[in-house]
Amino acid sequence: MDTMSKPAGFVRKIGHKALPVLVILLFILVLWYVAAVAMNAPGAIERVLPTDTPWTWQQLLAATMDMQRPVLPTPHQVARDFWSSLVDWPIDSPRNLLFHVAVTAESTLWGFLLGTLLGLVLAVLIVHSRTLDRALLPWIVASQTVPVLAIAPIVLVILGSLGFSGVAPKAVIAMYLCFFPVTVAMVQGLRSPQKIETEMMHTYAASKWQALWLLRLPASLPFLFPALRVGIAAGLVGAMVAELPTGAVAGLGARLLTGSYYGNTVQIWSALVMSALLGLALTLAVAGVEKLVLSRRGGQA
Amino acid sequence: MNHPQDSSFLSKLRPPATGRLAVEIRQASVVYPTADAPVHALADIDLNIHEGEFVSLIGPSGCGKTTLMRVIADLEPISAGQVLVNGVSPHEARLARAYGYVFQAPALFPWRTVLANVTLPLQIQGRSKADSKVIAQEHLERVGLKGFENKYPWQLSGGMQQRVSIARALSFEPKILMMDEPFGALDEITRDRLNEQLQQLWQRERRTVVFVTHSIAEAVYLSTKIVVMSPRPGRIVKVIDSPLPNERHLGLRDTPEFVAVAHEVREALADGHHV
Repeated sequence: MDTMSKPAGFVRKIGHKALPVLVILLFILVLWYVAAVAMNAPGAIERVLPTDTPWTWQQLLAATMDMQRPVLPTPHQVARDFWSSLVDWPIDSPRNLLFHVAVTAESTLWGFLLGTLLGLVLAVLIVHSRTLDRALLPWIVASQTVPVLAIAPIVLVILGSLGFSGVAPKAVIAMYLCFFPVTVAMVQGLRSPQKIETEMMHTYAASKWQALWLLRLPASLPFLFPALRVGIAAGLVGAMVAELPTGAVAGLGARLLTGSYYGNTVQIWSALVMSALLGLALTLAVAGVEKLVLSRRGGQA
Repeated sequence: MNHPQDSSFLSKLRPPATGRLAVEIRQASVVYPTADAPVHALADIDLNIHEGEFVSLIGPSGCGKTTLMRVIADLEPISAGQVLVNGVSPHEARLARAYGYVFQAPALFPWRTVLANVTLPLQIQGRSKADSKVIAQEHLERVGLKGFENKYPWQLSGGMQQRVSIARALSFEPKILMMDEPFGALDEITRDRLNEQLQQLWQRERRTVVFVTHSIAEAVYLSTKIVVMSPRPGRIVKVIDSPLPNERHLGLRDTPEFVAVAHEVREALADGHHV
């Protein structure tokens, strides 16, 4: 391969990938400003602009972009609030968004871990027992038809009465959303080996555990990781939803809730941006592990 | 466990057909129940396979040749009759790791290197890592794949993949090697070469081989015994003990003796068809 053209090719490749994303981002920002002006204008006319003297449209435009409690804050307001929360407050202050990120990430990761384990165990049981396959799978599917918002308070009350508070109930709710994609994908993945491969293990007189460890599990990895990416994102939703009915004071969900109590829309939006970034970071982390594991596993993934 | 050295030594002393029985089949039938009439995949099969023989099962599709092999390998239950492998039931023989099975497709695990694919059965049997590696390397060398240990299956051609699967089947020195149309998916040139290598391998070891094929040339070239089968119901029409010498090379296929055996097989196949 030509070493000189490699960096240039790399840049071009990134450009090819990044350009469409940037164009859409620009489009969204423009749309956002237009929407902000349109939505904030009535409020600005009523509350900000002088009522007795006439005002120009430039004054109106400026007012809609920098309101105290706008209906829709402008991107630069959100960015300013986001940045100031990071740099103006110590990391252990509830006014710093990273503090809330840590709280939410903790229950997300616990829920993700427990949900993945539960999903793996359920999938292994289902694959190995026809009875459990028939008994468990309908309930597992049914569990996801119950809205998490309805489940969350129940879990909190029950676990609370058992003396569990803090991370535990939130992790359980995150787990409730996490285990499902993992179970479904792993049942499919563990069943993915072809008949010929299963029969081959049979001719070697391999035990069920050997067949699981040497054939089914490695064969299921390409199914597992997409499910983990979905699972961790679902877990984040679960963790944030779990913060709402607790009246929790910390966490991105709690931050959203207090923002809406006090009509602090800028705070809501910066918490929203932060949770999107957290979700992105978690998904990327899983994707990184996937790359590492599949390359160590060898072969053409 | 197995005594590969011992058995190959013995079979060199005696002509193959007089060796001990490796497989004994008495009045075996396999019937699949279906909605209308039951399907007789195999009907009243009688067959003896002696240690050290190379036996080919040949016949048109649906004649039950693969089913018969699967019965011997305990991959398929019989509905009636008796099957003994090394004097015990196929199930016990399988648990005693009596046979290596080569399937129509190589069935290599894509996440394992060539070497790790060959060590798989040894790993299952709980052999030490170091031992397994030495054994696997030796077997890869025997099928002409020295130097490919660290490649992944997808980096190999179809013929090489099937050779890896043969090395894998032989890695734990099974008494019987079962091959179900192992070269069916390969081109004729590769197939000829692999047939020659398989023939040489058998010459060296004189291991019992059961080989399923629908190629007359392949069956005649490789076998000491050719079992001609016919469909509906699956049955044996003729068992031909090959008069060809044990030492064989591809040139043999143009000799009158070879042509005569091939003719006999073709006649038997045609007879089976007209019944």
